[in-house]
Amino acid sequence: MNLSYYPGCTLKTKAKNLEDSAVASMAALGVNLVELPRWNCCGTVYSFAEDEELHQLAPVRNLIRVKEVESNKVVTICSFCYNTLKRANLLITNDPEKRNTLNTFMEEEIDYNGEVEVVHLLEVLRDEVGWQSISQKVQLPLKGLKVAPYYGCTLLRPQAVAIDNVERPTIMHDLLQALGAEVVDFPFATECCGSYQILSNPDFVSHCVWDILSSALRWGAEAVALSCPMCDFNLGQKQKELRQTHSGFKGIPILYFTQLLALSLGLDPEVCRFELNYVDPRPLLESKGLLRQ
Amino acid sequence: MERIGVFLCHCKLIPPIDTGRVFEAIGNKPGVVYAADYEEMCMAPGLERVKEAIKDEKLDGVVLTSCSPALYEETFRHIVTSAGLEGYQMVVAELKGQDGAKEATQRAIEAIESALERLRMSRPTVSSRVPITKRALVIGGGIAGIQASLDIADAGYEVILVEKTPSIGGRMIQLSETFPTLDCPQCIETPKMTDTGQHPNIKILAYSEVEGVSGNIGKFKVKIRRKAAYVDWDKCNGCGICQERCATKALAEFQQYLDLPGKIAHRKAIYIPFAQAVPMRPVIDREHCRYFTKGKCGLCEMACPVGAIDFSQQDSFVEIEVGAIIVATGFDLMPKSEIAEFEEDPDIIDGLEFERLLCPAGPTAGKVIRPSDGREPKEVVFISCCGSRDPEHGVPYCSRVCCMYLVKHALLYKHAVPDGQAYIFYMDIRTTGKGYEEFIQRAVEEDKVLYLRGRVSKVFRDGDKIKVWGSDTLTGKRVEIACDLAVLGMAMLPSEGSKELAVKLSIATDEYGFMTELHPKLCPLESTVPGIYLAGCCQGPKDIPDAVAQGGGAASKLLSLFSQDEVILEEAAVS
Ligand SMILES: Cc1cc2nc3c(=O)[nH]c(=O)nc-3n(C[C@H](O)[C@H](O)[C@H](O)COP(=O)(O)OP(=O)(O)OC[C@H]3O[C@@H](n4cnc5c(N)ncnc54)[C@H](O)[C@@H]3O)c2cc1C
Repeated sequence: MNLSYYPGCTLKTKAKNLEDSAVASMAALGVNLVELPRWNCCGTVYSFAEDEELHQLAPVRNLIRVKEVESNKVVTICSFCYNTLKRANLLITNDPEKRNTLNTFMEEEIDYNGEVEVVHLLEVLRDEVGWQSISQKVQLPLKGLKVAPYYGCTLLRPQAVAIDNVERPTIMHDLLQALGAEVVDFPFATECCGSYQILSNPDFVSHCVWDILSSALRWGAEAVALSCPMCDFNLGQKQKELRQTHSGFKGIPILYFTQLLALSLGLDPEVCRFELNYVDPRPLLESKGLLRQ
Repeated sequence: MERIGVFLCHCKLIPPIDTGRVFEAIGNKPGVVYAADYEEMCMAPGLERVKEAIKDEKLDGVVLTSCSPALYEETFRHIVTSAGLEGYQMVVAELKGQDGAKEATQRAIEAIESALERLRMSRPTVSSRVPITKRALVIGGGIAGIQASLDIADAGYEVILVEKTPSIGGRMIQLSETFPTLDCPQCIETPKMTDTGQHPNIKILAYSEVEGVSGNIGKFKVKIRRKAAYVDWDKCNGCGICQERCATKALAEFQQYLDLPGKIAHRKAIYIPFAQAVPMRPVIDREHCRYFTKGKCGLCEMACPVGAIDFSQQDSFVEIEVGAIIVATGFDLMPKSEIAEFEEDPDIIDGLEFERLLCPAGPTAGKVIRPSDGREPKEVVFISCCGSRDPEHGVPYCSRVCCMYLVKHALLYKHAVPDGQAYIFYMDIRTTGKGYEEFIQRAVEEDKVLYLRGRVSKVFRDGDKIKVWGSDTLTGKRVEIACDLAVLGMAMLPSEGSKELAVKLSIATDEYGFMTELHPKLCPLESTVPGIYLAGCCQGPKDIPDAVAQGGGAASKLLSLFSQDEVILEEAAVS
């Protein structure tokens, strides 16, 4: 199966580990992620301003790229891109006036009327591949690895774009279970990591990250799994500071769900690019016999 | 009909209508020979004009317009019949609920056109006189149904009271103490329950449900299913030895399925639901009884001194004839699991569960404990509007009693645990009943109950504590409280199965499933079917005083029907 794939900027730079492990895993599951031609930045943050149609140009242009390759669906892997594209798409679908303004403004482009469906990779795994067929393809079950799935906000909020139950999502739980991991449920799984407040309010982010990580540890997690490069940056990069401010905190590896997927499908660990993770997960994985030393 | 007159009413309450356009549109309709408009036709001078026109123009059919056909039909019918026409020769068209002048005129034209069509199809009716069967059916044995039954029975008429659980009493008998006077239901409801059980005119059919209904006001035929209790209630004398001997425990409905340490809130597989039950008769719960699950046991059978246990009992049916029906099926609470941001945890409970923990006659004898470990909670958070006033959770309405029972809970908790702290999160405090505001003031001033104005976003376990996240909108700050127990004021919903019952009775329900009264202000006791009345929370959330008032009111409506000997039913004549 071929699916149009929108990578976004971060997956080409800081989150290469996310992209490489995702693309390789999907190929192993029989899904060929075909990168869109001429894609541009998703716009990063969905604009809340009522009168800022200009902000919608970036995401909508990407959707036009999808329409041009005659595809009716586009897969995103980064949660932030997912959120921005999906919401821009909803706006275009539900607001004929803004749709008209945008189409008129982009006179060099073909008209776009919401023909494309935006989905996240987790949805593809659930709805197109299926948990059962994933677990059948697992070569190396993640036995004994206690992982806390962390959703953050952008996969779930607002409700109209949620890929699962907003308050009690299970989609990543289900995936990790299919991979044989020991899934750790914890109350902060859907709390915000602080997001781009990291730029203007880094102390606030430290606070958020500590709440999330300490709760995951209290509930017995050895690692956290997520899908968002923004969350990964905050949860990973903040740990150096937290080790100094919170005695006894030794750190906890943060992994992309796709890295765990690739590993359990028996792919070459090279595709996981573990060297890019902020907290090196390799010692933990080795101790569990999931990685050769 | 050959000579039809159309009377257009308009007043300041109806959006302006272009009468000229209306007349133009309907003037050439077949049969229409006369059209007139009048301001406030519903008043005496207007009605006189209609009467005169019918006579002068020799009309044989009329269409009247009105803001509320349901309310004016009766009045119009009197006028039309006094002018010599019969009821079937009149149709009332509704002119309400339109917006914008242009639209209003178009809608009025359409309403009149369809009324003309109905008039054209209308056939003479034959009226038949039906003798009234002076026996009443009351469905639901909560406080509303009990009150209605007693009032009817005291007036000298027979009542059949159908209750789906093994005992009457309803939610009220589960409560600890009742606001605002803090009297205990065991003291104030039990006498009414006993009176109901002993009244020569009342027959209680407990553990029974309405299976089907046919007929009309004056004479309904009702089929009732008596669920198998596996105990012959005629032989049983209610001694209770069976439940003493039974060796199987199960979570108890009456205790809201509370699972307390040492299983102190459990009941047996054969059980009398509570100590004051009426009737005082046990039932066997097939799902847990070892005789049914394992095929052998029979401890109760061996113990019963009168041989009342009957494992072979089947559901049975009785058919009764009644002249009128009162529906009083009460409410259920929205399940806690509907609010996903509140975790499922033994120490996150709803109001009815907390009532059982507070109740001096309850499983803990009124000692407040945490269900998880039996410890006394030192900090308790009460959360208002869980589901209610929250369209996201499907309940935009206010459940009306939660503000009061949560403060009652906080106050009773403080009386039980004087060194404890009670917090109440609220949106608004609604205390409109008599003595209610004073009750709140007392809790705040004397018992130091702490009110926090804001909503709660998340409730979850954190080690030994329950964490509550909310906002205090008065200080604009986020608050986090680590407490030992959280009590949720869950929304009130119509009781389970009331929708199905409404279908059997052909009465209307609103979008939430509450039974609809005939008119929201002027007919609050009547259902949409003549001869069927409503009482208590089946019609909408309310407290005990209101439920009792409505129970008494429904009974008096029914009694005024029973003061006549026959009803006149009109049916279209079969030609
Ligand atoms: C936690 C809590 C605390 C409260 N505290 C107070 C208080 O302190 N003071 C106060 O004034 N009010 C209080 N209330 C409100 C009070 O409980 C209600 O006003 C009262 O119970 C309403 O009585 P009812 O007869 O209408 O309904 P219910 O009490 O619900 O009784 C309905 C009866 O009908 C039966 N039934 C249901 N469906 C059927 C069917 N299909 N066929 C046959 N029978 C059926 C039920 O089994 C039940 O016996 C409280 C409510 C809650 C939730």
